[in-house]
Amino acid sequence: MSQPSVASNNGFSRRRFMAGTVSAAAAPLLASTAQAEAPVIPQTKLRQPVVTSLRINEQPYELSLDTRTSLLDALRDHAGLTGTKKGCDHGQCGACTVLVDGKRVLSCLSFAVMNEGKDITTVEGLASSDGKLHPMQQAFIDHDAFQCGYCTPGQILSAIGCVNEGHAESENDIREYMSGNICRCAAYPNIVAAILQARDETKGA
Amino acid sequence: MRPFVYEQPADISAAVATASRFTTNDDQPTRANAQFIAGGTNLADYMKLGVAEPNRLLDLNRLKESGLRQIRVTDDGIRFGALVRMGEAADHRDVTERYPVIADSLRLAASGQIRNMASLAGNILQRTRCEYFRETSWQCNKRVPGSGCAAMEGVNRQHAVLGASDACIATYHGDFAQALIALDAVVHAEGSRGARKMPFAKLHRQPGDTPHIETDLVADEIITAIEVPAIPWARRSLYLKIRDRESYAFALASAAVALDLDGETVREARIALGGVATVPWRASAAEQSLQGKKLDEASAEAAADAAFAQARPRQHNAFKIELGKRTLVRALLETRDMKV
Repeated sequence: MSQPSVASNNGFSRRRFMAGTVSAAAAPLLASTAQAEAPVIPQTKLRQPVVTSLRINEQPYELSLDTRTSLLDALRDHAGLTGTKKGCDHGQCGACTVLVDGKRVLSCLSFAVMNEGKDITTVEGLASSDGKLHPMQQAFIDHDAFQCGYCTPGQILSAIGCVNEGHAESENDIREYMSGNICRCAAYPNIVAAILQARDETKGA
Repeated sequence: MRPFVYEQPADISAAVATASRFTTNDDQPTRANAQFIAGGTNLADYMKLGVAEPNRLLDLNRLKESGLRQIRVTDDGIRFGALVRMGEAADHRDVTERYPVIADSLRLAASGQIRNMASLAGNILQRTRCEYFRETSWQCNKRVPGSGCAAMEGVNRQHAVLGASDACIATYHGDFAQALIALDAVVHAEGSRGARKMPFAKLHRQPGDTPHIETDLVADEIITAIEVPAIPWARRSLYLKIRDRESYAFALASAAVALDLDGETVREARIALGGVATVPWRASAAEQSLQGKKLDEASAEAAADAAFAQARPRQHNAFKIELGKRTLVRALLETRDMKV
């Protein structure tokens, strides 16, 4: 007999509830096709929502946003992608790290409208379509590179950025160039080990 | 956060024209209704905190002038476009080989993510991290002119011992700026009154009685480039940064040093100090005390004494004088011993 899946179809989880309510609101926007080369955003009026086109994990999104919305809040509350975490919301912890056009950035310190037309990669976009984890995700599991897991999506995206920047050549390098990602559980030695393992498989991936 | 209109000007003249329309010559750039944004790592944070309250943001990232995004080496030196990101400049081979002090100052600043976001011009214009400036319930002459300074009798361990006034003791926390002021960099800016250039040392203003006036820029001026002159001996240079934790922290004390040596004798020394002053801080007296001398521990200590002769400590930051001196001595001796 096969094992029952952890979350059955009837099961209820906070994650599913959060994601479900948000994506229901975003669905009409998702249905419309985003333009590949969006024009620059025209001048807005105060408090007028701005339609912002983002390519998130290779999917086009058009989100209607208050200009004050951070990229982090756009991802979580408007696109329904809650994998990216809000820690300090002031650029001090790294939990909100995503890739924008392949570079790691802090989504909490970027206004979403500034990312018009950009390619965003979040933790939801790392595994391949057949469910195979990204080498960096697998390495974090192999090395137990977390405890509570809250900082982990940011750690993984930052680690991929760090490797692609060429700053994972030694353990010291990794410690220095990953210093923008704080882990309150202090899983640092295991995070370094995971990055060393995944480094060569990650390059260019 | 105060609501704001968001615009993406297409080129520098459009950005200047829009800023000019929504600001006056009397507006401080940090207090104007219309403000420029590039990386956003400083401004977005201060908007969230209610410290900065523009109602119009002009995003400079789509400006079409390609020079804004380039690093160019010429016979005269090296030119950094204002929108070049910190991380790109830190890793640029011409920077790491010709100006190690610049590469060090960028590499040791912030985090990998912030270095990917923050522009060079935005970095040099970063505002203080004084906790009484950041939290709007405190008195702060820089944030609200004339309101008083809660840091004077508050927790002032992080605060400045050089360049402070009775109105403000907030530290300038940047690192890159120390390398630039030491190397006599020049800042290019464009505004409605035309293009101009100024010595980097003239960009920031000491607080005096007007700590809310932070720079020499007016509200519709954009920094377009930073030039560093060709200094062949700047290959013998470094930036030493001392902080509470080894990475991703602001300096308690730092030193940017470049040396022109004849054997062990100093032909010319360039010294700037970070983490201890209210603005980027050129230590001219220390430089002069070394000129023509053999650089050893004794002359380095004499230079450090000269650098901090005018220091004025408050209750919790007196340690910065001794720490700053030791930082400079170590930086001088390490620079002397560099293999170039």
